[in-house]
Amino acid sequence: MRVTVRLFARLREIVGAPELTRDVPDDATLGVVWDRLAADYPALEPYRTSISGAVNADYARMQAQVHDGDEVAFLPPVSGG
Amino acid sequence: MGATRLGLTADVLSVDSLTSTVLDSADGPVGAVATFVGLVRGENLGRKVAFLEYESYEALALKAFARIDEEARAAWPSITLGLHHRTGRLEIGEASIAIVVASAHRGEAFAACRYAIERVKQIAPIWKHEHFDGGEVWIEGATADPDDEMARGEARRRACA
Repeated sequence: MRVTVRLFARLREIVGAPELTRDVPDDATLGVVWDRLAADYPALEPYRTSISGAVNADYARMQAQVHDGDEVAFLPPVSGG
Repeated sequence: MGATRLGLTADVLSVDSLTSTVLDSADGPVGAVATFVGLVRGENLGRKVAFLEYESYEALALKAFARIDEEARAAWPSITLGLHHRTGRLEIGEASIAIVVASAHRGEAFAACRYAIERVKQIAPIWKHEHFDGGEVWIEGATADPDDEMARGEARRRACA
């Protein structure tokens, strides 16, 4: 199945794009999507313990299942205000 | 930015218009309004800041604002809250966030206003890109987790301090 991955701030810069599509196994979790992405872009790896994840614009745990066509997102620590 | 209580905008923030929107939305007697405005500071961690760029995940940020609004009303039922956050490039001294809280009495207005800014800093998917003399850096604060009860408790503690 295929998901859209959105990336923000420093993560977006590391990958060089705000959005990309990834083919992942049908039983993939959000964590699996991250693992695959970090394997392709090793500079993401230091963010593993500090990112938040989202599925279809809702915060989600790394254990959350993703589905074909989902928009997933990985967020570095936030700094609004 | 129109008459929405909760929003993100690339336009200059107006506390007056947000206050009008909040007062128009209030359904109980209002005896107090508390306002918080965050400004782009010209210095950070000893660096002279040139300007900031704010990036957001808009769809999720609007949901985070709605969640903050619900949390604040659960804690202080008489309040009406407005929250506008700026995006894009901001110069030193410009307002990056405006929070307006109307309530029957001053205590709830002050508390909810403080609670809202603390929660924005914890869970709103918004990032500052700081440009300073000689470089730029993404500011990375809190790992956003809206279900983290410790963080929520800390925001509540600061609100009531």
